[in-house]
Amino acid sequence: MENFSLILAIVVITALAFDFTNGFHDTANAMATTISTGALKPKVAVAMSAVLNLVGAFLSVEVANTISKGLVNEDGIQPEVIFAALVGAILWNLLTWLVGLPSSSSHALMGGLIGATVASAGLGAVHGDVLVTKVLIPAIAAPIVAGLAAMLATRLTYRLGKHTGEKSSAKGYRAGQIASAGLVSLAHGTNDAQKTMGIITLALVTGGAIAPASDPPVWVILSAGLAIALGTYLGGWRIIRTMGKGLTDLQPQQGFAAQTSAATVILASSHIGFSLSTTHSVSGAVMGAGLGRKGGVVRWSTATRMFVAWGLTLPAAALVAALAEYLTSFGSWGTGVVAVFLVASSAAIWLASRRQVVDHTNVNDAEEPAGVVTTAMAVVTPPPAGVTDDLVAAAPTPAPEVPTDQPTTSATV
Amino acid sequence: MHIDWAALGSVFGVSLIVTVALVGLFTLGIVGLSKREAASAQGDSATLAVTGAYACFAACAAAVTYGIYLIVA
Repeated sequence: MENFSLILAIVVITALAFDFTNGFHDTANAMATTISTGALKPKVAVAMSAVLNLVGAFLSVEVANTISKGLVNEDGIQPEVIFAALVGAILWNLLTWLVGLPSSSSHALMGGLIGATVASAGLGAVHGDVLVTKVLIPAIAAPIVAGLAAMLATRLTYRLGKHTGEKSSAKGYRAGQIASAGLVSLAHGTNDAQKTMGIITLALVTGGAIAPASDPPVWVILSAGLAIALGTYLGGWRIIRTMGKGLTDLQPQQGFAAQTSAATVILASSHIGFSLSTTHSVSGAVMGAGLGRKGGVVRWSTATRMFVAWGLTLPAAALVAALAEYLTSFGSWGTGVVAVFLVASSAAIWLASRRQVVDHTNVNDAEEPAGVVTTAMAVVTPPPAGVTDDLVAAAPTPAPEVPTDQPTTSATV
Repeated sequence: MHIDWAALGSVFGVSLIVTVALVGLFTLGIVGLSKREAASAQGDSATLAVTGAYACFAACAAAVTYGIYLIVA
């Protein structure tokens, strides 16, 4: 760690910030159905998920060792490129969190890497066919596979369990949901915490701090595991609400079928070698479970918004990352501008989220009124001049007055 | 461009079969336990149903263990 330059330190911190947003974003995958069906209390659910994520982070370093291989040419990647990629991924994660839409953190990260690489090395450095096989097809296949499995399983469990007593079925489905949600959490920890470890290791290698082809150092594993666990524990309640309540109304039977399907799809796909996104699998499974119950409905307007977000994830993160990479190419001040922009926009998004607080107390309430996307988009798109204002407003006082132009909100700031 | 249709197909098949089988088994377990609930209300013991139920749950537990093994390995 002798050659630990400033840019390398910035990359490591940004990577940990991404890891945090990743945990924050993906708590919903493991716990949304468990929370919305009441199998676990919200706080207990996120705590359990956080612990399992942390455990998962220590289980192996296989994913970390293969990260980013194949999608872009690693030669010539500078720490600045990784930094720009992370900026794109973090901002997209925060924006989708604000509007409460589940989207793939992995796609955001890949989009960021692609955008930053294109900006620094040109279009030729991206392997287009890998993009199709590793991103596009899995994104379409995951919800279909998980949805179909969950739908059939839901039908089956309703048919078989028609005459069960209330007490045994309540207890049984509760245990079943907790077990399958635990598996998803563990799988998430091994996968996503390791992605960050891989990114940090890659940055350390390109920055010359550690030898090429090294395993992630212990402090990297520890900090990445802690960052994702902390994010998971704080819980992306907005996304949990969309997944658990927004897409469809889930009963315990459906929650169990959905979560089992998601866990199976995730494990089967990563084992067979056709990796599918956790987010896409779980969303598909929830919708399938919604369709599987007689009289169950899927709210297609919410689902459509989610699909649009999926489609935008990669290009949006890529665009932001490309811009960030363009700025960093001007040297240290460019990197500084990007860092300030990242902090300012994150603060702005957080402030915007305070207008309509979603936390463990109201996570199971009905879905937000329509039009929140447009409002939120308008709020978080800061005009260039407003960036510094946001920063000033956010930096010195932890709880500044938020201008509430919506009289209905009674947000406790 | 090489798309691994075989891998995608097996993911599809395995996921479908395993999910439905697991959920089915688990539901049967719940049905068995609920028989005991009903039987004990009448003073019977429903041994067969309960044994079957525990066999179903054991199979599910084995599947979860295999899942953890897949994650760790």
